[in-house]
Amino acid sequence: MANYEVRLSGSGGQGLILAGIILARAAVIEKRRVTQTQSYGPESRGGYSRADVIISDDEIFFPEATNFNCLLALTQEACDVYLFDLRENGILIIDTTFVKNLALAAENTFELPFTDIAQEKLGSPISTNIMSLAFLVKITGIVKEESLKQSIAETVKPAFVELNHKAMEIGFELARKYKQ
Amino acid sequence: MLKNEKAKTPVKPKQETVTKKPDTALQELQQKRERKNVLMQGNEAVALGALDAGVNFFAGYPITPSTEIAEILATELPKRGGVFVQMEDEIASICAITGASLAGAKSLTATSGPGFSLMQEGIGFAKITETPCVVVNVQRMGPSTGMPTSPAQGDIMQAKWGSHGDSPAIVLYPDSVKESYELTIRAVNLSEKYRTCVILLLDEVLGHMREAVRLPDMANVRVISRIKPTVPPHWYKHYDENQKYLSPLASYGEGYRFHVTGLTHDSHGFPTNKSSEAGEMMERLRKKISYNIRDLVQIESHQMEDAKIAIFAAGITARAAKAAIAMARFEGIKVGLLRPLTIWPFPDDAVRKMLRNVETVIVPELNQGQLIHEVQRLTKDKSESNLIALQRVNGQLITPNDILRKIKEVF
Amino acid sequence: MANIPQRIIHEYLRHDKKFPHVWCAGCSNGIVLGAIIRAIASMNLDRDDIVMVSGIGCSSRMPVYVDFNTLHTLHGRSIAYATGVKLHKPHLKVIVVTGDGDCTAIGGNHLIHAARRNIDLKVILINNNIYGMTGGQCSPTTPHDAIATTAPYGNIEPDFNVCNLAMGAGASFVARTTAFHVQEMQGIIKDAMEHPGFSLIEVISACPVIYGRLNKKGGAPQMMKEFRDNSIPLAAVDKLPPEKVEGKIVRGILRREIRPEFCAQYASLVQRVQAMGGE
Repeated sequence: MANYEVRLSGSGGQGLILAGIILARAAVIEKRRVTQTQSYGPESRGGYSRADVIISDDEIFFPEATNFNCLLALTQEACDVYLFDLRENGILIIDTTFVKNLALAAENTFELPFTDIAQEKLGSPISTNIMSLAFLVKITGIVKEESLKQSIAETVKPAFVELNHKAMEIGFELARKYKQ
Repeated sequence: MLKNEKAKTPVKPKQETVTKKPDTALQELQQKRERKNVLMQGNEAVALGALDAGVNFFAGYPITPSTEIAEILATELPKRGGVFVQMEDEIASICAITGASLAGAKSLTATSGPGFSLMQEGIGFAKITETPCVVVNVQRMGPSTGMPTSPAQGDIMQAKWGSHGDSPAIVLYPDSVKESYELTIRAVNLSEKYRTCVILLLDEVLGHMREAVRLPDMANVRVISRIKPTVPPHWYKHYDENQKYLSPLASYGEGYRFHVTGLTHDSHGFPTNKSSEAGEMMERLRKKISYNIRDLVQIESHQMEDAKIAIFAAGITARAAKAAIAMARFEGIKVGLLRPLTIWPFPDDAVRKMLRNVETVIVPELNQGQLIHEVQRLTKDKSESNLIALQRVNGQLITPNDILRKIKEVF
Repeated sequence: MANIPQRIIHEYLRHDKKFPHVWCAGCSNGIVLGAIIRAIASMNLDRDDIVMVSGIGCSSRMPVYVDFNTLHTLHGRSIAYATGVKLHKPHLKVIVVTGDGDCTAIGGNHLIHAARRNIDLKVILINNNIYGMTGGQCSPTTPHDAIATTAPYGNIEPDFNVCNLAMGAGASFVARTTAFHVQEMQGIIKDAMEHPGFSLIEVISACPVIYGRLNKKGGAPQMMKEFRDNSIPLAAVDKLPPEKVEGKIVRGILRREIRPEFCAQYASLVQRVQAMGGE
């Protein structure tokens, strides 16, 4: 398979780099080739943040996503900046809690208020990253659900595995419903 | 009388210190490490490479984007009985690793541009005193504070010319996480073998990038350690002349009581003002590198066999080039890549061969022109018509499409 | 062997190629060198275990003359190099010989942080109030109103109290003496060598050729007399009225206290981590 490029974008503190690492590790579990890169501002919280994951069966030369198969945008700014690099028929997933204005909607656009849902179902927006990543995985099928589950368990601190698995299940469930 | 006393003094085995734990503990730890594909960050690969190469002393100062190396070694070195110390600044860091190396440690520090600038005087000291140590510079965009989390390849010249005065340089430049691990080991090995400060340049993107890596078994990791003197102390010369200019190195506390100075010195290490001895010392530093070019220079030649256009690039830019080459070849354009893994000493012979065999050379780099001048130095036709620059300094990478566009321009 | 001081010093020097030394006639550096050697000889230390580290300046030329493990480093950085040596081989006795410019100007940061860590280095700071090697420039210990080539109209800056600086930074052994009080100096060096922690000894010393001439101090004997007449032992300070203490050089061990030493702290950290089973 050719490179599959994913960009997870939003602002600092939303856990996007962690989500990128989890997705990359899930690909490693499936013995795929993968690169994960990131770009962020100096702020630990706020500012811009993005994580790129490229998954392939061949050698990946350039590690940054330049022409995404899938873009996850958790903020308006991220959506505005990166939408232009989404390839034709690429999948756009946006968090409508923060992305209100979509000037150029792609064909395959999935809109959900992920942050609000996380707040409502998990009592905190902290797991929005995992929930939306699980949604992305289910929609794109880029890695298997079990791989994602295992990757979360290997990546996050033991005390947070349960919470994140729960968020993941919600993400899968949202995707199932959305498809219907 | 003193001489006789010295001659009788045997080299005493010294008491075990905290830095020397039984080998078994180390082996145990290394065996525990997973030998399968793992997701690993560039900086993590550097830290693991350092440990596998036997580094047992790290002194450093936090700086983006190299900090993870310090953080990992702060966790790992105490487990192995090695020393991790956070110093008051980068100047103190280079000094501390040099001091530790003179006491027998394999030592390393990691930093980025601003810290690398501060370390230059100390790097010169390690070179003139021929003290093994490794400086990892995860480059970020400069000058000055620049863009701390953005990539640039602006320290290529500083890595060679940063310290005042002529000095030999061994500088390595990886392009992947796996290679960061390998070249860290090589950097430590070369520093021990050549008794000098070896520099490992990383791109910011690489330091923070994660890739799937399978580390080799320790049995397959080649570790080189400095040669210890076997002569009695009064015969010992700290800078012993020999054919390859690679001479044994004693450590403090082992009975040799040698002198080390940043002043120009004679073969015993004592300061000298004699022009003959000063000239000899400088020649020794130069020849140590130039007589061993074959051992030092490593290059990757990628699809160069039939190439009409060559790209000469290092680090992350070479990876963009490889992607561009794949796209160009898909369209029938014969392009290849020459990539230096050893950036200093410069791979003159390989570049000359490239210049002979292709019509055009493109040199993409994340600076305002550093590598290209070295290529130009070797170009017979100085008109530059066949040497094309592609430079970017805005915090963004040169992408495969940028290079492809350039290829099509010259095709 | 008869315990003749000259012979003891002779035994510890490197004779081939290293002499004559670079110091001027009347310089105090040789007096300090003698005191260091006698202190070490009196303690029966193995010279293989002694490392002498220095930076740049007149005093920092000392290591080349002595038959120890010696390390002549960069301007201001001696303490940082010494930290590396000591941390890797804690059983070595590491002595740093430095000057006022080397240690408190360019090397001030390393001084305060080594003092803070309480790493077991013996810093002997030979304070001659001037940059001698480069020809008489103003240093952080050049007194107010004194003349230097870079303060030709008199120094307008206040000077450092080096001992207070070290104590403020956390040094666990701090002492001051002068080049005139040789026996006292030797005793203090021995005390410092036995102290487990960061030690700073300030030796007020004479630079008759540069500082003395710029400031009309007379020759070396006059400067030594001034040290004799213008200094008081610490024990006498309380007994004297304040006006008699004012402006005097106070000599003696100003602080000697035991607190955790850095290398020992690190060794116990290693033990603690390894006891956790490498987790």
